[in-house]
Amino acid sequence: MCLAIPAQVMELLGDGMARIDMGGVSKAISVALVDDVAVGDFVVVHVGYALSRIDADEAERTLALLREAAAMETPS
Amino acid sequence: MRYVDEYRDPELAKGVAARIAAEVDAARHYRFMEFCGGHTHAISRYGVEDMLPRNVAMIHGPGCPVCVLPVGRIDDAIRLASDPRVTLCTYADLMRVPASRGASLLKARAAGADIRMVYSTLDALRIAEAEPEREVVFLAIGFETTTPPTALAIKQAKAKALRNFSVFCNHVLTPVAMRAILAGESDEATALDGIVGPAHVSTVIGARPYEFVANEYGKPVVISGFEPLDVMQSILMLVRQINEGRCAVENQYVRAVTHDGNARAQREMDDVFELQESFEWRGLGMVPHSALRLAEAFAAFDAEKRFGIHTVAAADNPACECGAILRGAKKPTDCKLFGTLCSPETPMGSCMVSSEGSCAAHYAYGRFRDRSRARMERAAS
Ligand code: SF4
Ligand code: SF4
Repeated sequence: MCLAIPAQVMELLGDGMARIDMGGVSKAISVALVDDVAVGDFVVVHVGYALSRIDADEAERTLALLREAAAMETPS
Repeated sequence: MRYVDEYRDPELAKGVAARIAAEVDAARHYRFMEFCGGHTHAISRYGVEDMLPRNVAMIHGPGCPVCVLPVGRIDDAIRLASDPRVTLCTYADLMRVPASRGASLLKARAAGADIRMVYSTLDALRIAEAEPEREVVFLAIGFETTTPPTALAIKQAKAKALRNFSVFCNHVLTPVAMRAILAGESDEATALDGIVGPAHVSTVIGARPYEFVANEYGKPVVISGFEPLDVMQSILMLVRQINEGRCAVENQYVRAVTHDGNARAQREMDDVFELQESFEWRGLGMVPHSALRLAEAFAAFDAEKRFGIHTVAAADNPACECGAILRGAKKPTDCKLFGTLCSPETPMGSCMVSSEGSCAAHYAYGRFRDRSRARMERAAS
């Protein structure tokens, strides 16, 4: 029940609502809980509300750390 | 899907698994609890456990509002829904949770109660507006992930002066539950070495509320995303903390979680809710200050007051081991009913209901693995 999905904001509808794209599915959700949401932002969506914005730089840094860990020489 | 697929890359997972294997100390055991059902689901579905060294064990925690809701509260909801004036709105996860005497919301609906599944509190508000002659009650449940949406709906109902909308509040608090688990740990052999912390709960409350786990209980916490690579990286981060003798709250899910969380969402919760003295959790019993109720200013929207609900504690099915499983003391396969009388089609306990519950996750993915492992071990001996 706590699973949420990353979605991209496609259009701001006013009144704290926005149209988002969730892997091809379009939906109207509330963005009233996240400050200054803009078109193009990725947000974490749960039960019809955006809960936080996804930080593209941090996402990339996490992947870089994963690649680095995976590529390290295994000590013998 | 962006921000999903890249964290499921199997090649990368193999590399990270090799890294974990290289860094664990063969002489010791690592017992990590993943608090959230979302992690339990990812671990089962992607076979994360199979990629871990034998001395790293994952314990499934109580991170499931569906799983921890006690039978008595579902009984209340069913009673409420049988009032002919009432339309009960709820998230789909709750429909099949077993109540007393084999009842469930699904069966109550089949028997004629007006129970509607909603995706969002917004849907419940819409129903209340569209059908002013009905008493629309939203059965609210969840950790801090679903609480701000409930708060906003209550505020909107007040702003719109909706007289036929109320909330049956069952919102519970994650850090308090974690404390109850840690405080209840008595047996050295089953003590935890670290915790994989909640993902989406933490988008709301941040990483800060878990500092007590490190400071008071001396256990590291890593807030982790729900994709398999997120979980594996978090396990690596925990292993490193332990090997280095460190103990801190670290955040693997930095792309969505900040140290302080979502201030706006926290404000909405604080405005609308206040702490309950005590609340019953399945598996943990009565836990002080672990749940929320509507604050006085919103009393008009409190279904418990409006309908005079007085919860009577009800016993679980005596054979069901959900309680012990939620405390990390037992595994699904330790339950006599697992896979025989209890399955996702006929759940006897809540752990089997939602697909992220420990029993359901193990039923869907783990039991085949158990069987093939047992076969392999028999063949080898
Ligand atoms: S099973 Fe559902 S309710 Fe339970 S943890 Fe998981 S997500 Fe949350
Ligand atoms: S298998 Fe069913 S009865 Fe047994 S603990 Fe799990 S949910 Fe409860």
